[in-house]
Amino acid sequence: MKASHDIWKERFKGKLPEPIGSEVDQFETEIELRKQGKIDEKVFAETRLRRGAYGQRYDNGHRYDGTESRKLPYADKPTKGPGTIWDAPGMLRIKIPFGGLNPRQLEVMGELAEEYSDGIAHVTTRQDFQLHFIHIENGPSIMRRLASVGITTREACGNAVRNVTACPLSGVCRDEAFDVTPYSHALAWFLMGHPDTMEFGRKFKPAFSGCAQHACGLTQMHDIGFVAAVREVDGKLQRGFKIVVGGGLGPVPRQARLLTEFAPVEEMLPLTQAVCRVFGRNGEKKNRNAARIKFLVDKWGIEKFREEVFAARKELREDPRWHDMLKGAEQEAEGPLHPPGQLPAPNGNGKLAEWIATNVRDQRQAGYVTAAVTLPLGDITANQLRALSQIVSKYTRGTIRTTVEQNFLIRWVSKADVAALFADLVAADLGQPGAQSIVDIVTCPGTDTCKLGISSSRGLGGELRNRLVSKSYQLDEAIRDLHIKVSGCFNSCGCHHVADLGFYGVSRTINGYKVPHFQVVLGGQWENNAGSYGLPIIAVPSKLAPNAVDRITGYFVQNRQKDEKFFAFVKRVGKGPIRELLEPLNQNLPTHDAEPEFYSDWGDPRQYSIGDIGVGECAGEVVSRYQFEMTAAERLVFEAGLDLDRGAAQPAGETAYAAFLRAAKALVQMQYDDVSSDPDEILSEFRERFFDTQLFHDPFVGPKFANYLFAAHAAKGEKFTPDTAHHRIAEAQLFIEAVHSCYNKLRSAPAPVRS
Amino acid sequence: MELQHLVVKIPVEGPIGIDPAKVVDVFHKWVAAQTEPGVLLVDVAELLHVPKGPGVVAVGHEADFALDNTGGVWGVLYRRKTVLPGTDADRLAEAFGAAARTGALLEEAFAPKLRFSRTEFEIVVNDRGIAPNSPETYAAALPVIESALRSVLGHGEFSLARHDADPRERFGVTVRTGKPFGLASPAAT
Repeated sequence: MKASHDIWKERFKGKLPEPIGSEVDQFETEIELRKQGKIDEKVFAETRLRRGAYGQRYDNGHRYDGTESRKLPYADKPTKGPGTIWDAPGMLRIKIPFGGLNPRQLEVMGELAEEYSDGIAHVTTRQDFQLHFIHIENGPSIMRRLASVGITTREACGNAVRNVTACPLSGVCRDEAFDVTPYSHALAWFLMGHPDTMEFGRKFKPAFSGCAQHACGLTQMHDIGFVAAVREVDGKLQRGFKIVVGGGLGPVPRQARLLTEFAPVEEMLPLTQAVCRVFGRNGEKKNRNAARIKFLVDKWGIEKFREEVFAARKELREDPRWHDMLKGAEQEAEGPLHPPGQLPAPNGNGKLAEWIATNVRDQRQAGYVTAAVTLPLGDITANQLRALSQIVSKYTRGTIRTTVEQNFLIRWVSKADVAALFADLVAADLGQPGAQSIVDIVTCPGTDTCKLGISSSRGLGGELRNRLVSKSYQLDEAIRDLHIKVSGCFNSCGCHHVADLGFYGVSRTINGYKVPHFQVVLGGQWENNAGSYGLPIIAVPSKLAPNAVDRITGYFVQNRQKDEKFFAFVKRVGKGPIRELLEPLNQNLPTHDAEPEFYSDWGDPRQYSIGDIGVGECAGEVVSRYQFEMTAAERLVFEAGLDLDRGAAQPAGETAYAAFLRAAKALVQMQYDDVSSDPDEILSEFRERFFDTQLFHDPFVGPKFANYLFAAHAAKGEKFTPDTAHHRIAEAQLFIEAVHSCYNKLRSAPAPVRS
Repeated sequence: MELQHLVVKIPVEGPIGIDPAKVVDVFHKWVAAQTEPGVLLVDVAELLHVPKGPGVVAVGHEADFALDNTGGVWGVLYRRKTVLPGTDADRLAEAFGAAARTGALLEEAFAPKLRFSRTEFEIVVNDRGIAPNSPETYAAALPVIESALRSVLGHGEFSLARHDADPRERFGVTVRTGKPFGLASPAAT
């Protein structure tokens, strides 16, 4: 833990937005409890994942050094999860809903990358940020500093609702039905910590798109996708969404299926809540490989799934947030800093002209453009983040977004400012051209940091980028706009399924040695919101993958018909001839003695091995809503004890009472999903369901522990002395134990009826 | 104020004479052999694709080592991550000693193409919580750093120049010495 931990804690005490601030405090307590062995490692693993603290390669304490796997001599401490060493560095994923950032947030991201990571902030393919090599105990300080600028890591990983992504052009796009930004923002905060999202067997990824035809939102490859649409009702235009469900990449990709052709915007939040409820109740929990919502849609068929969702929608208790969170959504939220203008004449500045051609795009609003900031492999330094923050403030009202292509998009740039903006970006080494072109290669972290990585996706991506950039002027026009995407394994975090040229890592044995390879994937379509998925045609050695790109693109240039796009070309010629073209890359391969570097991966001189592949945490740990609530109850009792230790009897007694309620609620939720956090309602439901029925009665002392709860509730608002607070804490602990007993008793009995 | 989480960077003398990518192999060997006393080396991060970035980093639990290119200046860098007990002089001696020793090892690995300065290095406090980049921090840190440096270098012939006063930056100083220091042993040669 860094020396400044207490300084940040004190500085932000009571000043952070809720519920983010409390979340960080809770996480800090859970870290302490885990260190003391008071939280089960699986529960802690899931709870940290839900705070965005993810595992990283070698965190099982072993690392292959090129000749053998060696144990890394970490200190003996409790684990962070099954097989996960406490001190091993991990990754922190930071949620950026719809990719929206402001200048101060950019600066803080830079500060954190510099002080806690390796100096790099990484933009992901889902508009998040990731910091690598983070120690778990620095998590709370980082989270507090993020929260101080309105950012959370909550539910960035784990079996939860992940970042809500959206087209970065929302609000400025010429083709959109309307700006989806306020809706994506509302959904992100509505679902965060929502009770109906607590029992997922796997993650759940939402995405928004302003139109159906472009790729920016990628709704077809998401668990739930919203495509903006407008229809006319009684002569009035009505906003709504086409909603699709059950899409996803991964080893078994699925195109999302139609849930409803049009849901009015007022139905967006409740209908999504209903989808979550159906998924939480019915989705697979035991088999992680079949637990995404796409498998439930497969199993039931979309018709039954739709029926269940609309039935669940009818049973939902009215929530004022369905409407409140959308207030003002129809008003334009962003605007320009400077007056509109005209694009500059390049005046012989070839670099400016090239950058404008690839990175600058007209907005719907006349006189303004968006400008893409191309990041190599999604990486940016702390110094660059500070520079970018200044640039964004200088030319806009702080309007910048991350993109799923691991870049930034600056919005609302006056055309008159484009030349000056470019000069400033160049000064910060951020003026590279080629956004969304063949040189703008997308990769997942791969073997650099991911536990599941098989081959070096970033190594290959970097190598391809270097080669393609160096000959960009020689590249035929036909291939300049191809999309290359590389994943380190079949899980498709690099989105290889929807690329023109996709790659994913595999391994093969040649001459008795393991050799990194990449499967070449063709037939994917980025357009139409990821409208089609490609299939692998052949695996080629990693070191020859750039040759595969040369061969395929050369074949395309020579054989394409006039204006034929690559997707259509592959469809027309078929994959057979292209496979034949690549087959020689697997022949006459060098021996290990002749060319040992062939047996290592890009950017990694160690002899290649798959020995470092670990157990991924994408799936998280399946922890029930009951376990979460009870962990919270136990944390509250612990905090009450800390309060008492520091002589604060009043908060100690009140926190112990809160622990009672949390534990009672955990039990009630087993039978009644929609129980609120209102103490009277919890007590009433508890009394009716567990006390009157004697389900909660202890075999030896009968209703004693339930009576503790009733007494605590009846005394609500009392003044505590150290003695009474002490009693209340002790009783709360006993009540929690009784809840566990009751839960175990019920779990061994037939399933309770939900109502 | 306590100097914790120190970063020491010793710049390359003249233009860098090697392909920085070659350092990746060297660092992997260090991780395999766990060569750094008191530091558990964990991994190697190759970040050369980022302009003026962290270069190549040997990531450790207690500290990182790098051939760093931040700001477009190549140099050997040591970054303390965990808290160190002792005095400020102890911590500065530890950070400077580790950077210098790493520099010596890299020079040896790439002799004679790589050489680090013997008269200049920078110190950064990598923690804005304990050392915000403010005039107050500078006023408080200056005597502490000067005293620690006298102890580390064995003489008082050096000057300090504060880095950019921009409060968004980390607090840091560049040290220029009147007498050359050694890499294997930091005291003046």
